[in-house]
Amino acid sequence: MIKNITCIICPKGCSLTAEINEGIVCVNGNTCERGKQYATDECLNPTRTVTSMVRVSNKCNCMVSVKTVKPIPKGKIFETMELIRGAEVCAPVSIGDVILEDVFGTQVIATKNIDR
Amino acid sequence: MIKHDLVIVGGGPAGMAAAVAAYDSGVKDVVIIDRDASLGGILQQCIHNGFGLHKLGEELTGPEYASVYEKKVRERNITIYNDMMVTCLTADKIVTAQGSSGILKIQAKAVILAMGCRERSRGALNICGTRPAGIYSAGTAQKLMNCEGYSVGKKVVILGSGDIGLIMARRMTLEGAKVEAVCEIMPYSGGLTRNIVQCLEDYNIPLYLSHTVAEIHGQKRLEGVTIAQVDENRRIIENTKRFIACDTLLLSVGLIPENELTKEAGIPIDNITNGAIVDENRQTLVPGIFACGNVLQVHDLVDYVSDEAELAGNGAAQYILNGGCKGDSVCTEAGNGVRYVLPQRVNTGTGKDVSLFLRVTKPYGKVRFTVKSSENVLAKAVRIKAAPGEMEKITIKADLLNNITEPITVELEEV
Ligand code: SF4
Repeated sequence: MIKNITCIICPKGCSLTAEINEGIVCVNGNTCERGKQYATDECLNPTRTVTSMVRVSNKCNCMVSVKTVKPIPKGKIFETMELIRGAEVCAPVSIGDVILEDVFGTQVIATKNIDR
Repeated sequence: MIKHDLVIVGGGPAGMAAAVAAYDSGVKDVVIIDRDASLGGILQQCIHNGFGLHKLGEELTGPEYASVYEKKVRERNITIYNDMMVTCLTADKIVTAQGSSGILKIQAKAVILAMGCRERSRGALNICGTRPAGIYSAGTAQKLMNCEGYSVGKKVVILGSGDIGLIMARRMTLEGAKVEAVCEIMPYSGGLTRNIVQCLEDYNIPLYLSHTVAEIHGQKRLEGVTIAQVDENRRIIENTKRFIACDTLLLSVGLIPENELTKEAGIPIDNITNGAIVDENRQTLVPGIFACGNVLQVHDLVDYVSDEAELAGNGAAQYILNGGCKGDSVCTEAGNGVRYVLPQRVNTGTGKDVSLFLRVTKPYGKVRFTVKSSENVLAKAVRIKAAPGEMEKITIKADLLNNITEPITVELEEV
């Protein structure tokens, strides 16, 4: 089976084709190695980085932005969003502070500094 | 009136990178004035990732990218005025600002304009119908959601497929809203391909090309919109009209460089970019006033904004320290298939390579760009594809610029 995939790793957005044969993926059209890796993952185990925000409980109308440190399986995006929605933090928050410890094999961390 | 060497209007990605570059080039008296309470500009609300791959070699979210530059600014002895809005700029470089620190009047040796852009509003589009609540520009909705935590709507139609609209389609979906449609009046999307894939296709959100919103319905709150296909002259085709129930309409219909100050100072503007006419150092036609970032041309990537701001920062430093470029210059022109070329003027014989930035007029397959000055070919570049949503960069080598007297043109041919 041949799959057409647009690489999303960098803004170039190369059009890739991936041929899957018994679990082995053959990639064409990539400009760089990362594209090959992306197409392989996209066929075998597609993942995405999830970014969202968490309410800062001790400040009015204040949100801190967060992200998963590593991409999580694509099929777990909405479950990850549920977990993030349930989280709460108190200011001060610094970039890199861990908000959730274990989310599908990675952490959710803050991406913004919030003063007290 | 107080005196400073360099005043930078705007503390977003452009202003911060320009300040750092100027400081590192030897100008130590640098002031940034920003109307917001913190530095970072629009990046503060761009919580998605994908920033910095080109410039910093890692993939960051907007606030993280901003913090890298904010740290650089704060490590240097750069003065920051927050909550201050510049209200007047003159050609002899007097900057007036007002806000939390009262009224400030500064005589600068050089000024860098880094005000960014604002969103085109509904008024500019003249959609028929009522004026209910629930209609937002995509960026406003983004700020309400990402910075203040409001839920903006539950059933959404997005008009325009610019990057902010695409990003918001995903964002609202993740927050539990249903995005019914993204309508784009052009036959192609204005956003980056990667955003079409990871924001729309990942979530099965339909993108209707050559479609627009024909009518708005609802009294207090938006109840729905009528969408319709358009013909090649962008006129609505009557029998394609259909109603979509929704409580929210987001407009992502383009950005306008915020050049009121620029015009007030009498700085000539390019009718296509809607930004100032500049040379390769990003100096406007008023010596000592520079411009960079989205106030100069709307960029697709913040990485390129930072690059451009460094040119402006270095240029302003050279102007303050030794008067800047004084030699001859030629203008640049957009030829076949090219919508604009920036910079619009190039100084010749400076001994430095010059990069031209340009956008094409419509999507193309494989193309070859040729940069010429009368019959001299200065550069060639081949691209596998080219689209208006993706800015191209072509560099001319320094030695080829030595004896040029005729305008530099850039044109493309399909190959
Ligand atoms: S293949 Fe490489 S160059 Fe092409 S989009 Fe992917 S990461 Fe970018």
